[in-house]
Amino acid sequence: MAHAYTPGLKVLHETKVIKERRLPLKGDVLKKKGEQVSPDEIVAKTDLPGNVQMVNIANLLNIDAADIADYVKIEKGGSFNKGDVIAETKGLFGLFKSKVPAPVSGSLESFSEITGQAVLREAPIPVEMDAYISGKVNEIIPEEGVHIETDAAFIQGIFGIGGESRGDIKVIVKSREEEITNDMLDASMAGKVIIGGSHISLATYKKAISLKIAAIVVGGFNYSDLKPILGYTLGVAITGSEDLITSLIVTEGFGKINMGHRTFDLLKQYDGNFVSVNGATQIRAGVIRPEIVIPLKKVSGKHKDIDTSTGITNGSLIRVIRAPYFGKMGRVVSLPNELQKMESETMVRVAEVEIDGNKMVVPRANLEMVETD
Amino acid sequence: MELKSILATDCGSTTTKAILIEKEGDEYRLKFRGEAPTTVEAPFEDVTKGVLNAVMEVEELSGRKLLDGDNIITPQKGDVGVDVYVSTSSAGGGLQMMVAGVVKTMTGESAERAALGAGSIVMDVMASNDGRMPHEKISRIRQLRPDMILLSGGIDGGTISHVVELSEMIAAANPRPRLGTGYKLPVIYAGNNKAQKNIEQTLSEKTDLTIVENIRPVLEVENLGPSRDKIHDLFMEHVMAQAPGYKKLMSWTDAPIMPTPGAVGSLIEMIAREDNITVVGVDIGGATTDIFSVFQGIFNRTVSANLGMSYSVCNVLAEAGMDNVLRWVPIEIDRAELNNRIGNKMIRPTTVPQSLQELIIEQAIAREALRLSFIQHKEFAVALKGVQTERTISDAFEQSGSGASLVDMMELDLLVGSGGVLSHAPRREQAARMLIDAFMPTGITQLAVDSIFMMPQLGVLANIDKKDLKDNARKAAVEVFKNDCLIRLGTCVAPVGKSKPGKIVLTSEITLPDGNIVKHELKTGELIKIDAPFEPMNAKLIPGRNIDIGAGKGEVINTKIYGGQVGIILDGRGRPLELPEDEGDRIAKLQEWSQVVNEYPEFKK
Repeated sequence: MAHAYTPGLKVLHETKVIKERRLPLKGDVLKKKGEQVSPDEIVAKTDLPGNVQMVNIANLLNIDAADIADYVKIEKGGSFNKGDVIAETKGLFGLFKSKVPAPVSGSLESFSEITGQAVLREAPIPVEMDAYISGKVNEIIPEEGVHIETDAAFIQGIFGIGGESRGDIKVIVKSREEEITNDMLDASMAGKVIIGGSHISLATYKKAISLKIAAIVVGGFNYSDLKPILGYTLGVAITGSEDLITSLIVTEGFGKINMGHRTFDLLKQYDGNFVSVNGATQIRAGVIRPEIVIPLKKVSGKHKDIDTSTGITNGSLIRVIRAPYFGKMGRVVSLPNELQKMESETMVRVAEVEIDGNKMVVPRANLEMVETD
Repeated sequence: MELKSILATDCGSTTTKAILIEKEGDEYRLKFRGEAPTTVEAPFEDVTKGVLNAVMEVEELSGRKLLDGDNIITPQKGDVGVDVYVSTSSAGGGLQMMVAGVVKTMTGESAERAALGAGSIVMDVMASNDGRMPHEKISRIRQLRPDMILLSGGIDGGTISHVVELSEMIAAANPRPRLGTGYKLPVIYAGNNKAQKNIEQTLSEKTDLTIVENIRPVLEVENLGPSRDKIHDLFMEHVMAQAPGYKKLMSWTDAPIMPTPGAVGSLIEMIAREDNITVVGVDIGGATTDIFSVFQGIFNRTVSANLGMSYSVCNVLAEAGMDNVLRWVPIEIDRAELNNRIGNKMIRPTTVPQSLQELIIEQAIAREALRLSFIQHKEFAVALKGVQTERTISDAFEQSGSGASLVDMMELDLLVGSGGVLSHAPRREQAARMLIDAFMPTGITQLAVDSIFMMPQLGVLANIDKKDLKDNARKAAVEVFKNDCLIRLGTCVAPVGKSKPGKIVLTSEITLPDGNIVKHELKTGELIKIDAPFEPMNAKLIPGRNIDIGAGKGEVINTKIYGGQVGIILDGRGRPLELPEDEGDRIAKLQEWSQVVNEYPEFKK
């Protein structure tokens, strides 16, 4: 049977989610294999080397760089507090000394007899890694981190901003077509993950931030509304490091687009459950999509992961991801082998799809497989 | 050694492309090509799998056995295997470098030129006078985690302390390489030879230090070769060797694997030298746009890291502005909707334009991405700065001095475009229009596109160093480039000079291959397309008074001119191009030009 590889977004009722929690540098792993963890527990920690400051002692003391060793008061590796004298001249009969006070607290890493510079290193910066999701530690990466495994319902969005967040799901719209409006949000939603339908405006999203809502999950958002939030025009879809109170996960794309019904139904099913979400997106080779992880206490075993390695085949559930049929969902009827000419005169491989009872031809590249179980 | 067959691959970040070249009579020709997804990332994590898949496709198409299990058969025996196998790579983000020099516009710029010429992405240029505090520079190095650092500074025998200070900052940052944890960061020192010992003392313990000849031994001379070669060596030994599967791939190839843009650049440089022409080449991709040029025999390359057609399409919109994109769109369009459409292309980068309207928008964005990249290129491709020139009284009125751009559009002989939006434009007329509108060539300029982007493979082929293979490999690269790689679009003839609307700026008489002489009078603001094949044709070009076509104001040119798949385009729109301000007038003008060139014949007004 004909098939085509088209990456899709996951909407899974039951799956095994494994999250790697890894430190940026080697450090200490605090958990053991098999241990149960909750999202806020620290699983590993380390110290990042402190910031470096350079001070040109030769210039400040008006001495020859080659003689610097005679004037530095601290041993290499020795520590000092901000304001301590780190170098001084002998002065005249012990008077009129020129001094160099330390601009920061830290230790002396080195000094140079060519440039007269001293390298001062500030105190290490502690870094802690939490578990992000509740689950079981199933693997230890020695000195670096852990893998945490959990049974969960798992949903991917297409684009997001803001990093990891968590809270109880609250669905505040009646249908997937409904927009989140200002009047729907109130103070009781602080710390919650709010699910909407087709759209959220800039003003409403700003209100969500002011109410300290943990995250918003919605079908669409206007591209031009990103700038007032981020402070810059987003030129490349690499996000996640923004310091936002309310993470935003868009499930369909830019504009006003109804949330996919499978996504909406699944989120509604778990209304009130505690979830972990991450808005981080990276659209480059090694793509990262935003996600919603809903850990499950019990697994029914009814849902089996479908094999997506073969890509879309006849009967596959798909979503069109470019104009003129953008956002529509349907099923693949056939995958003809020959290249076909589009209205744009581009010659492409196509799929014949059925959408709302109508048959139409769409480039395969403009289809996204809906991975569901 | 006689080369009967050559297999070459290019491992891109998403696709691995293989080509098979065979000798046919006395000439080398491209025979087959195959492609497969690149397999550097999980779940495969072995680049050779993608290579084997692409080669397998060539095997199937050609009916020729190339693989023995997981090995490429070399040399050719009978009809089995190939004589040579070579490859380029830009997978895993390519080569990412940081460069440093004492003075930003002098040694800093020379170091940047060397790194770009070697095919790397330059993440930052650090200089003693770049205005940043030492601690800011140090935290920048730590944050960027480059694959390699090129440190230069000072002419030979000149100042030592500044360049040593830079090395101290690198040592203090103690950066870790981006890929792999078990090795030290490669640092190349190409500065003042008198500082070599001090640099060794500062850096040899913390980094993997290599010392090469000074990149700027005296102010008047730039010596990029040794640094560029060392970057290639270290790219293979350190950076690529850390990427999954590359050790195996390196053992297969008959020449070192080159970074993709480095290979393209060296091919363009070679063609310009062999034909004694000036060339501008452009490769517009999903994330970046590379521009290569050879003017006055000097090669330059720039990468506009965030100007591309999919991953960074929104950045084109941000940098150019909506008005500049819309000025190329011959239809009325809702701005808010267009914003969201372009945003959706960024988050779904692999989609293709199905409707004509989508295609028109995409080609408008491409014009702006190319235009902005070329502005960056012109600013970078300059004569050496800091060089004293003797000035006479007549020069005193001309303030060009040192650091003037080498790019002179009137001198440009050949403009080559590649990348999906140009190579795969449904009509070649569209590619020609995009190139002309973005680059605004003046005088007489030939236009071409790379049919399937095989310049990387040909570039690495031209660089084979083995004595017995060298000459034939170069011959193969040049012949395939001319016969199979380039699709000749034609020639753009664009007169320059002030002229009133409706006035004749150029009269042309072209003798077509069938002997017919076609005469045209080109008026201000007009485009004329003449159908003509890629053959030498006599042309007499008579510019109007005060109008220059390359030989000076009002000077007639008798020359040979070439057509192509599009033909000869006479462009009387003037430089710089000024479009009507009124939206209705602008749209009418754009539609008129489109019609003349037969750009969007399916378009309904």
